[in-house]
Amino acid sequence: MRALHCLLLLGATACASAASQSTTAPSPARDSAHVDAERGALSVPNADPFPSTYKPFPSRTTVIRNVNLLTAAGPMIRNGAILLQDGKIAAVGATVNAPADALVIDGGGKYVTPGIIDDHSHLGVYAAPGVNALSDGNEATNPVTPQVWAEHSVWPQDPQFPRNLAGGVTTLQVLPGSANLIGGRSVVLKVVPGRTVQEMKFPGAKYGLKMACGENPKRVYGNRGGPQTRMGNVAGYRAAWIRAQDYRRKWDKWNADHKGDPPTRDLGLETLAEVLRGNILVHNHCYRADEMAQMIDIAHEFGYKVRSFHHAVEAYKIADLLAKEGIAASVWADWGSFKMEALDAVRANMALINHAGARVIVHSDDPSGSQRLNQEAAKGMEAGAEIGLPVSEDEAIKWLTINPAWALDLDDKIGSLETGKNADVVLWTGDPFSVYSKPEKVWIDGALLYDRLDPSEQWRTDFELGFVPLTGTNR
Amino acid sequence: MISNRLKLTAAIALVAATAPGLEAQTVAITGGKVYPVSGPPIENGTVVITDGRITAVGANVAVPAGAQRIDATGKIVTPGFVNSATQLGVQEVAAVGDTRDASARGKDEIAAAFTVWEGLNPNSVLLAPARKAGITSFVVMPTGGLVAGQAALVDVVPGTTTDMIIRAPVAMIAEVGDPQSAGVNARGELIVKLRELLEDTKYFQAHRDAFDRAQTRPFAASRLDLQAMIPVVEGRLPLVVNVDKEADIDAAMRLARDYNIKLIIGGGAEAWMMADKLAAARIPVLTGAMNNIPSGFATLGQRQENAALLRKAGVQVALIGNAGGGDEEAFNVRNLKQEAGNAVAYGMSWDDALRAVTLAPAEVFGVADRVGSLQAGREGNVVVWSGDPFEFTTRAERVFVRGREYHDTTRQDLLVDRYKNLPASHNLPGAH
Repeated sequence: MRALHCLLLLGATACASAASQSTTAPSPARDSAHVDAERGALSVPNADPFPSTYKPFPSRTTVIRNVNLLTAAGPMIRNGAILLQDGKIAAVGATVNAPADALVIDGGGKYVTPGIIDDHSHLGVYAAPGVNALSDGNEATNPVTPQVWAEHSVWPQDPQFPRNLAGGVTTLQVLPGSANLIGGRSVVLKVVPGRTVQEMKFPGAKYGLKMACGENPKRVYGNRGGPQTRMGNVAGYRAAWIRAQDYRRKWDKWNADHKGDPPTRDLGLETLAEVLRGNILVHNHCYRADEMAQMIDIAHEFGYKVRSFHHAVEAYKIADLLAKEGIAASVWADWGSFKMEALDAVRANMALINHAGARVIVHSDDPSGSQRLNQEAAKGMEAGAEIGLPVSEDEAIKWLTINPAWALDLDDKIGSLETGKNADVVLWTGDPFSVYSKPEKVWIDGALLYDRLDPSEQWRTDFELGFVPLTGTNR
Repeated sequence: MISNRLKLTAAIALVAATAPGLEAQTVAITGGKVYPVSGPPIENGTVVITDGRITAVGANVAVPAGAQRIDATGKIVTPGFVNSATQLGVQEVAAVGDTRDASARGKDEIAAAFTVWEGLNPNSVLLAPARKAGITSFVVMPTGGLVAGQAALVDVVPGTTTDMIIRAPVAMIAEVGDPQSAGVNARGELIVKLRELLEDTKYFQAHRDAFDRAQTRPFAASRLDLQAMIPVVEGRLPLVVNVDKEADIDAAMRLARDYNIKLIIGGGAEAWMMADKLAAARIPVLTGAMNNIPSGFATLGQRQENAALLRKAGVQVALIGNAGGGDEEAFNVRNLKQEAGNAVAYGMSWDDALRAVTLAPAEVFGVADRVGSLQAGREGNVVVWSGDPFEFTTRAERVFVRGREYHDTTRQDLLVDRYKNLPASHNLPGAH
């Protein structure tokens, strides 16, 4: 049942209608229009009213040597080394030139990978403890809520964040839940301590839009105004995109000529218009093959792209179509059977998608699974081997790193061990695809943020103080 | 075409024995590293199964004439794994009410008379994936309410539920974690309600005649529920109390002391905080090794080292899934080995982890004379692994249940066959 957790709803809010999100922007003077636009006062492309205030944590130049490097950008480098300097990967190879002041870590034959990226998380929006007061992931008041932004629900003190970091996860996409056809904007976070969500936001990351197919929306809204059926779902998406096209046209015209009063702003349509402009990436929860094919047609009809289908337990049935369309599949290794649309889950899903040439992403949708994405990938590898489609570690590491980085359009910054990329790096106690291996140290932008060997240095959220006993104590 | 149809037929039965029709037969598994669990590992050991039961285990065991020889050189041989808490067989699709038979309505949150195995579906498509992963026995457990009902231990064999049962009941199940789901408001009140049930059971037992003459005061539970509780208050049937919070575990232990109940703790997120007390009271714990999230105010101390810390203190530990992707959902019973591997990663010895998925659950549920170890007289539940059973790359290459070998073709296997080469092969008439 936990697989349905993102549908947990507060009964009290049932059927409340969404408040009007429309406001009329004041007529701006020409000179201030640009600034206002960036702050989001106008409905213009790439507005950023809640800008990231993330600053990398203090770091020192570090060399990790005598390690096996799974780079996600080529074959494994055995007994190699990596240099982290000024927050970036400065060198990686069989040997690196270490500056005299560098901290040198002898990896003793252990493994190094890029930081893991989970493109399907609800951390912060479904925080622990899982009480109603912290259940902020589904604005289940209307089946179409593109006006809500996940970041406005994220609780930075969610004790699940440090546990994810200890699982080697350095970047998360936090999504709204799947109650709604269109659930709202996602946010991309670095897994770092912060007083505010802005301090965790990945600078420059695009927003995502959460959409959901199938059983969830019709179950949630079936008895309160609909949609009640899958055909109702599709009518709902199309109606929303029609409104979005109209809105975009009006604003694009006004932004070009600034003639007369600006059109009335609408937060939801603003988000959808950004999808149509290609500035927001679509992440579509969709289990069944036939529904994914329909969602692809809808995307063609309105001229947007689906970046990744999430859960996609039947992706293996249309892996050729996903490859042709350039759509990734964000999947579990072996969840299935918990509802009808999950019935045809197969463990070989990852290997079959991979074999067809589409992008595989190992995702979690779960705060426990997110800590062990490496183990989920290992199951997918083994399932491939069993059906004669073996997957190498060099390939499987991409499922955890560069592929989700691509899904977030951040593959130029993170997701592989290559010179110039952000120094998001994990040192594992052993082969990351072994059940016995754990992250030993985790760096984000070159700063050591987790060290399994030093509990006193481990991040504890405000909530944990006093409530959660320290590891290594009897109480 | 014909071969495909045959394949399908075989698969629908989800069973394909290697030597059909040979009821009386002897199998000798030779050359492997044998882990009897009840004794030290044996290099180059032999396991002999005759007519469904293990007849010999050792380094210098002669292979009987006419025995089917299985070469396990370079492999690991263990007892079939035992999953000690699952809804396998009584829940096919969690979100479809029609397929959920693990929770009784009961009366006032008490359903002690509920025998969950009566609703077990021997044709569940989820059984084959479990057996294919080396799980040969499981405890089918009811859930919900205050007293959920009775659990049974079954083998994964074809036939009817009657054929599958090793022992029923093996335990009564109570849920003491959440007052709301027990129909009360406060944790203390929940204990009061349980205490009232135990008191009434004893009174009912002592005044049966008066009850039948309708000369007793009203009871907190129905006649059949009280009847079902008698073996619990007599200390014959263990009571599994699913409970996480330290204070609740303590309360359950007090109750068990007061009524001489044979207590088993299920879940036990914070059990590590009182490991010494549990060890001293000889109370076993069913728990996992893949959850560390303070998911509620009753599980603030949840950590992955729980199982290892308990074992270190001397507590009998059986591993169950308790985290995302774990085996508490019927579909992923097969992930028991991942739970064991993680237990090792978080401090349990490898031998103890193996024990926690074989002999420990058998002992906890009183069936160690039947399953859970490799020794003469036990059921022929044996698995030959290609390597370390807990590793992802390892397969359960040969799976024997009661001496019969199974090569399961699961529903998933059929789907993969169909879609491995896209667009798809649907085996339609005339299709090539």
